[in-house]
Amino acid sequence: MTEITLDTLKPGDLARITKVRVKGPARRKLFDMGMVAGSEVELVRKAPLGDPIEFQIKGYHLSIRKEEASQIFVQMIE
Amino acid sequence: MENRKIRVALAGNPNVGKTTLFNTITGSRQHVGNWPGVTVEKKTGVRTYRGYEIEITDLPGTYSLTAYSMDEIVARDYIIEEKPDIVIQIVDASNLERNLYLTTQLMELETEMIIALNMCDLALERGDKLYINKMQEILAAPVVQTVASKGIGINELLDRVIEQKHDEKYHGREIGYGDLIESKVLEIEKVLLTDPELIKKYPMRWMSIRLLEGDSNVRAKIEKSAAAEAINELLASIDQEEYEAEIADKRYVAINAIFPQICTRCNVRLTKSDMIDRVLTNKYLGIPIFLALMWGAFELTFAFATPFTDMIERAFVWLAVNVSSGLEPEWLASLLGDGIIGGVGAVLTFVPNIFILFFLLSLLEGSGYLARAAFIMDRLMYKIGMHGKSFIPLLMGFGCNVPAIMATRSIEDEKDRLITLLVVPFVSCGARLPIYILLAGAFFGRQAGTVVFFMYILGIVIAVISAKLLRTTIVKGRPAPFIMEMPPYRVPTLRASVVHMWDNGAMYIKKAGTVILLGVVIIWSLASFPWGIEYGSEESYVGMLGHLFAPLLEPLGFDWRMTVALVFGLVAKEIVVASMGVLYGVGDNPEALTASLVADPSVTALSALSLMVFSLLYMPCVATLGVIKKETGSWKWTAFALAYGVAVAWMMAFLVYQGGRLLGY
Repeated sequence: MTEITLDTLKPGDLARITKVRVKGPARRKLFDMGMVAGSEVELVRKAPLGDPIEFQIKGYHLSIRKEEASQIFVQMIE
Repeated sequence: MENRKIRVALAGNPNVGKTTLFNTITGSRQHVGNWPGVTVEKKTGVRTYRGYEIEITDLPGTYSLTAYSMDEIVARDYIIEEKPDIVIQIVDASNLERNLYLTTQLMELETEMIIALNMCDLALERGDKLYINKMQEILAAPVVQTVASKGIGINELLDRVIEQKHDEKYHGREIGYGDLIESKVLEIEKVLLTDPELIKKYPMRWMSIRLLEGDSNVRAKIEKSAAAEAINELLASIDQEEYEAEIADKRYVAINAIFPQICTRCNVRLTKSDMIDRVLTNKYLGIPIFLALMWGAFELTFAFATPFTDMIERAFVWLAVNVSSGLEPEWLASLLGDGIIGGVGAVLTFVPNIFILFFLLSLLEGSGYLARAAFIMDRLMYKIGMHGKSFIPLLMGFGCNVPAIMATRSIEDEKDRLITLLVVPFVSCGARLPIYILLAGAFFGRQAGTVVFFMYILGIVIAVISAKLLRTTIVKGRPAPFIMEMPPYRVPTLRASVVHMWDNGAMYIKKAGTVILLGVVIIWSLASFPWGIEYGSEESYVGMLGHLFAPLLEPLGFDWRMTVALVFGLVAKEIVVASMGVLYGVGDNPEALTASLVADPSVTALSALSLMVFSLLYMPCVATLGVIKKETGSWKWTAFALAYGVAVAWMMAFLVYQGGRLLGY
C-alpha cells in the first residue's frame, strides 16, 4: 500500500493515519484532537476557497489547513 | 461551619454545554471577571443546596491540559494550585472518545472527579447505548446523566457533589502508558521526589509525564527546584517529540479499549448537521450566504439599536439642560451638564449597539455557525497574516469598534489576537459616518456617495496593510495553525445569549466606562479653563491646543478650528461634527454648518477630503482606547494604538492634501 498525505484525499475518502510529521505547537494540538497514528479519518469537505479542509475523526468534525494536512501521512482504507 | 462550603470546578471540552450547565446551576448568582494576569474570562457562581454553599468556578473550555493555549494553562493551574474539592467534567455523551481524552488528563491531577454526561438526550435519540454503571466502574468516578439545557439531572449532580465531599468512595484511576514510557516516568519521578517542596505542591506522576512530553510551562515550575539540574540532564538525553506522540497515542489506545465497553454507537452516516453544512459551506453558496447573513445581522443591529440610541441621546441632552440650568456656580453647572452628564451619555449611547451585537454574536456562536464563518474566511485572512477567527471581530468593527475589540477574545493565539485588536480601529465605525456625510455633502455634491464609499475601502486597506506590517515587524511570527472543531449545529438557547449579552454589556459599562468618564472629564477641563472663558472657545485650553497643534496639522490643510474639533472627537468621533458647529457658531444646525464651511475660504474640497481621511484613521476614540487597555492589560499597547493611529492618519492625510495640491486641486 502506498503512503499518501491527508490533503490529497477526496471528499468521502476514508484513510488511516500512519505518521504525523507536523512540527511545532500544531503537532501537540493535532494529537490532542485525535490526529494520532492509527486513527481513521474521512475527508468531509473543503472550504469554499479550497482551504482549510474538514475531516471526520473520532466521531466528530475537525478542520485543519492544507499546510498541516500535507504533513500527515495516511493509507487509504478500501 | 467550614465544611458546609464546597468548592467545585467545572471542566470540559468547548461546545459540550458547560456554560449552559453553569448557568443552570448558579442562576443569576454569578460573578464574571478575568483570571489574574491574563484576559481569559473567569466565571464564578454560588448555589445553596441542602444547606451547603456550593461555590462553582467555570474553567475555560479545553480539549486537553497541555500548555498549548492560555486557556489550558489557566484550567490546569487552577486545579493544581487552588485545589478545588471536586472537579466536575462535563462530557458530551454523543462524542465520548474525544471527551474522554481530557478525562485521562484530569485523572492525573489527582483530584476528586465527577462526570456529568451531558446531552444524553441527543445520544440516546440517535440510538446510542450508554452503560453508566460500567462507566463508573472503569473510570472509578461517579457518572451523572444530565441535559443541562432542560435542567435534567442537575439535582442529582449536586447530590453527588455533597456525597463525594463526605465519603471519598472513589479514588480515581489513571491509565498506564506501557513499560517503555512508565520506566522513564519513574526515572523522572525519582529525581522529583528528592525535592520535598515539589511533593507538597504538585502531583508527582503528572509532573513527570508532562516533563517527558516536553511541557515548557511545567519545566518553568521546577526551574528553581534543587532537582532542576538533574531533571534537565535527564531530559536532554530524551527525544521528547517521540514521547509526546507516544503518550498521546497511548491515551487514545486506552480510550479505544474503554469505549466499546461503555457505549455502543449507532453509526449515522448523514446527520442533520451534515445536511446543513452541505448548503452553508457549499463551494458556491458558502460565501454568498455568509455575506448575506452578516449583512442581515447589521441591518438588525441598526434597526433595533437606533431608536434606543436616539432615546438615550435625547434623555441625556434633556437631563444636562435641566440639571445645569439654575445651578450655581456656573462652572459646577458646566461640569455636571457638559462634563459628567454629557460624558455618561457618550458612554451609554454605545450600549444598545454593544448589547445587540453581542446578542447576535452569541446566537452565531451558540448555533455553531461561528466556527463555519472562520472555516469559510480562513484562506483569505491567512493571506493577510491573520486567522480565520479574526474576520468576525473586524466585521463587527463597522458597527462599533468597542464590541469588535471585545470579540477578539475568541481568538486563542495571543499574537493573532493582538494584531486583530490593533487593526480594528481602522475599520470605519458608525460614529464616523456623520463626519463623512457633512463634509462629503458640503464639498462633493453628486460624488458624495462615492467619496463616503472610498473612506470605508480606505479603512479596510489600511487595516490589511497594518496587519501585514505588524506581522513582519513587532508582532513577528506566522498566524497560529487552524485546528478547529466544527461542532454540530444546535438551536442556541435564548437564555445563554441573553446572559452573554448582559455580561459583556455590563463589563463595558463598568470597566471601559470608568476610562471613558476620565477622558471626558479631562476634555471638559481643557475646554472650560482657564477661568471665565466660554466653553470650548478659542481662549480655552482646547483652543490653545488647537493653535499649538495647528502648525503640525497645517500641511494637512487644517486650520485651528478643525484641530480643536478633532481633539473633541477623541471622546467619540461623531462629536467632531457637533464641535465644528459650536466653533462656527451655528450650533447643531446642519444646513448652516454646511453653508459656513463652504463659505470659509480656508476649507477647500481637498482639505475636507484630508479631514475625512484623518478622522477615519487618527487615534481610536476614548471608548475604544478604554477597551484596548482592558483587553491587552497594557498601557504600552494602548499607547501604541494611539501613536500608530495618529502617525498613519497624518501620513495619509498628508499624501491626500499635498498630493492633491501637486495635481493642481
